[in-house]
Amino acid sequence: MSEQSRLEIWKTYKIYIGGQFPRTESGRSYAVKNAAGKTIANVCQSSRKDVRDAVSAARAAWGGWSNRSGFNRGQILYRIAEMLEGRKKQIKDELIAQGYTSAVATREINLSIDRLIYYAGWCDKYQSLFSSVNPVASAHYNFSVPEPMGVVGLLAPQKAPLLGVISLMAPCIAGGNTCLILANQEQPLAAVSFAEVLNSSDVPGGVVNILTGYQEELTDWICAHLDVNAVVCYEQGELDWQKMQEKGASHVKRMFRWPATQLYAQGGQSPYLIMDLQEIKTTWHPVQTIAGSGGAY
Amino acid sequence: MAKKKKWDYSPAPESKQPAAISRRYELFINGKWQQPTSGSYFSSINPATEEKLSEIAAANEADVNKAVQSARLAYEKYWKKITPAERGKYIFRIARIMQERARELAVTETMDGGKPIRESRDFDIPTAANHFFYYAGWADKLDFAFPNKKASALGVAGQITPWNFPLLMAAWKIAPALATGNTVVLKPAETTSLTTLKLAEIIQEADLPPGVVNIITGAGQTGALLTKHMDINKIAFTGSTEVGKIIQRTLAGSQKKLTLELGGKGANIIFEDAPIDQAVEGVINGIFFNQGHVCCAGSRLYVQESIAKIFIKKLKDRIGTLLVGDPLDKNTDIGAINSAQQLKTIQSYIKIGKAEGASFYESDCALPKKGYFCRPSLFTNVAQSNRIAQEEIFGPVLCILTFRTDDEVIEKANNSPYGLSAGVWTDKGSRIFNISKRIRAGVIWANSYNLFDPTSPFGGYKESGFGREGGLQGLQPYVQLS
Amino acid sequence: MAGKKPAFNIQILNHSTVEQTGVEERAIRFTKRSIKGASKMQGLHMVLSMIDLTTLEGKDTPGKVNQLCIKARHLHDHIPGLPSVAAICVYPSMVSVAKKALQGSTIKVASVATAFPSGQSSLRIKLADTRFAVEEGADEVDMVISRGKFHAGEYAYVFDEIAAVKEACGKARLKVILETGELGTLDQVKKASTIAIAAGADFIKTSTGKIQPAATMPVTLVMLETIRDHFYKTGKKVGMKPAGGISKSKLALHYLVMVKETLGDAWLDKQLFRFGASSLANDVLMQVAKETLGHYQSPNYFSID
Repeated sequence: MSEQSRLEIWKTYKIYIGGQFPRTESGRSYAVKNAAGKTIANVCQSSRKDVRDAVSAARAAWGGWSNRSGFNRGQILYRIAEMLEGRKKQIKDELIAQGYTSAVATREINLSIDRLIYYAGWCDKYQSLFSSVNPVASAHYNFSVPEPMGVVGLLAPQKAPLLGVISLMAPCIAGGNTCLILANQEQPLAAVSFAEVLNSSDVPGGVVNILTGYQEELTDWICAHLDVNAVVCYEQGELDWQKMQEKGASHVKRMFRWPATQLYAQGGQSPYLIMDLQEIKTTWHPVQTIAGSGGAY
Repeated sequence: MAKKKKWDYSPAPESKQPAAISRRYELFINGKWQQPTSGSYFSSINPATEEKLSEIAAANEADVNKAVQSARLAYEKYWKKITPAERGKYIFRIARIMQERARELAVTETMDGGKPIRESRDFDIPTAANHFFYYAGWADKLDFAFPNKKASALGVAGQITPWNFPLLMAAWKIAPALATGNTVVLKPAETTSLTTLKLAEIIQEADLPPGVVNIITGAGQTGALLTKHMDINKIAFTGSTEVGKIIQRTLAGSQKKLTLELGGKGANIIFEDAPIDQAVEGVINGIFFNQGHVCCAGSRLYVQESIAKIFIKKLKDRIGTLLVGDPLDKNTDIGAINSAQQLKTIQSYIKIGKAEGASFYESDCALPKKGYFCRPSLFTNVAQSNRIAQEEIFGPVLCILTFRTDDEVIEKANNSPYGLSAGVWTDKGSRIFNISKRIRAGVIWANSYNLFDPTSPFGGYKESGFGREGGLQGLQPYVQLS
Repeated sequence: MAGKKPAFNIQILNHSTVEQTGVEERAIRFTKRSIKGASKMQGLHMVLSMIDLTTLEGKDTPGKVNQLCIKARHLHDHIPGLPSVAAICVYPSMVSVAKKALQGSTIKVASVATAFPSGQSSLRIKLADTRFAVEEGADEVDMVISRGKFHAGEYAYVFDEIAAVKEACGKARLKVILETGELGTLDQVKKASTIAIAAGADFIKTSTGKIQPAATMPVTLVMLETIRDHFYKTGKKVGMKPAGGISKSKLALHYLVMVKETLGDAWLDKQLFRFGASSLANDVLMQVAKETLGHYQSPNYFSID
């Protein structure tokens, strides 16, 4: 049978929760169209219950992920980049199908891979940079270290369908957090394919959860979820930032809005973004001071 | 413990005279003492005697506007323009004058807030002065604090402080704000404004340019006006989680930066291999320091079951030696509850605890006839499900729970919306590192409790707030990085 | 004591962890107590009554010991109503001299023994030393523990030795000197205190006065806490004697605060608390005189013996 006459197998785009690829529990979907207006895929229109499930999965994965060594997290981020490199063509095709030129799509993917590498390298370094030993004036050893915040909600921007996801995800998980990502609503295909990359990259299930769906429907549920410690989005008109913050205020959620202008620029990657999603923990312990170490007891 | 003959300490009251409290205090705006637009004043009461100490100006919207305006002007006109080194020298001056006027400040703090003179003299005032001294040195070294970034001031900082450590919290707020080049409008808690107003005198004495620091007094409404003001770049609040949430909501959608230091329900965990007698002391210090009016108080005690009996016995004996009474007496361990309202809150929690079936124990000490006092007390037979184990009481009331394994106690300690502080007592180093890592709280005291230092960042996880005060990390909330 | 010596049980040394910084913080807290007015006077009187007036020198003579005993009986006769000190503490060879000089008074004679101060001799000699002191008339025996054996981990030896000396004391009360300045850490102080108490000590005592550091508040606090643990467990009260380095009345009062707040008022009694000191008495007397007469004093007005 010639390639011409062969009937192509279409891909089912599903969501990614706890290392599995379920359909939305709601059974709903919406059509993703190409520039010409032709439907190229039906993706899940996730519900608040999918948000709930994703948060549960992220919480369950958090203990193990945050406990991994920085070195190990770095290895895994690097592995994601390696796997993405191998899936370049598929994701490029999806981007092109959604209206990107070949050159723009290539740049998007290359920047994404390089950004992963950038953060892979940070995994075991930001702690040294942002920790301190504090010279308290009593007989105590006192040090402050960054610790991951926990479960983070990430709202992908309505541009940069892959780079947007990775720019949010990489600093988040590099720092030991787990997350759920709401993909670019109109152009979610790259995000779903990226989930397949994650699934084959040694990333433990639940560390990253990716939902597709309507931003307007799900944002409030994410911001108001009591078990989501922080929410990050990019500056973009579609989001009601004030309302999001009001929702977050109900339980002192950490809310961040990163400048969208930086997405493609050098400033779009920084250890300070890792630090946005870190808490500082300070620990005290007494120091014995006895004869021989300079004093008498 | 058996009693034979008593040796009681004679009264050793500190003189009130050094306090030199004025009959009336105005608002400190633009370097001058200004009458409130409303012309109205409220009284500040000594909670130990219920006597009026002074009357204090109530700032309304016009006054808030005036204060913010003067802070903005001072920022543009003076503070932005002087060199960081000069800025630092002003802050050093403040620290030195605070040290010189330490006794006055200590006596005032004790009379105004009810805390024992030993604490205001040995902790609040020196620590506050040290905080200024610490941040003064940062003013011209900010380039070293943020690698690869340029730090610049935000502009005008609006700050709201609580009543439990009035002067110290003012220092925690003002010192880093000034060091990073911001100007300040600060509102102290209405029951304890006096030392903050004396700090304004000190700032005046230090010759700071007018408007760099403005102190406006008033109730919660004044603070709300401050948080809503459009020309403020930064809000820093220390107080209840309830009000913190309101402020976070108020600021939603605005460009204002925010730090919140809110409530807590600190877990203090005692393992069977702990240094028991020092742990008892740590628990006592953890819950009865400052009458328990401490957001990081170790109010949830977790004792490993194998030592619970002896530990509780020792605690009860130790509580019996705490001296409750006149805060000005140098021997007083537990002074007055800050206000009638707070006393009522504490008493209602004691009632709730009893109703929930927990066993109540309190010291049998006599209480002064006048003033707001509360005996140090503890509840045993408490479960996670009891309200007294979940909610912040903010008084000298300890809840004691028991546990069996490391995993269990970690889970229980984290089983709270708060995450400010925790204590871990064990002889095993590897356990300390494990527990202190897995407890979701901003400050962990291992084999110690309730220690503070200007160099040590303080602040919470979860509903205990965000941002840090103190140390290198305490600079970040007051700068923008580029 | 039905003549049966107690046996060593290693389990008494479980749970002996001490956090040094915490002990020091607590000790400092006692010094923050302000002792004024009537409580100061009461306290100073108590201090005087708890002093073991001490001379432990190679050059001690009957003449010197006699003079010290006269001092003990006549602390400062210009001020009426003063208590006498609790005891005179001397070497065994001086016990009979002191005993005679103190006849008719309530002042006890305490003797150091057991190859004081190093304790580096055989058990046989130590027991002979003890019996000699008791036969000479000592009411109290201040023994030293074998620190060498203690550091070598021979806790049973240390224990048995104390028990044997206790037996040799007969009716004399036994104070066990730990020589904390040679023990190294507060954990060791607690361990040694526990052994001494379990072996039958009537008092535990910090130091010989021959080693620095001698008594400190943190060390004493750990010993008091060990006494408290024993009291909790058995209901029996063991006494405490810090010795060496306490020469000022203010510091002595802070020790009393520490005793009161750790063990309770019951221990504020010479039966259960002593100061081993030589120059403390005069400083207390100067303070008492100042409180009584209203002006500051000169040492020239207080006899030195």
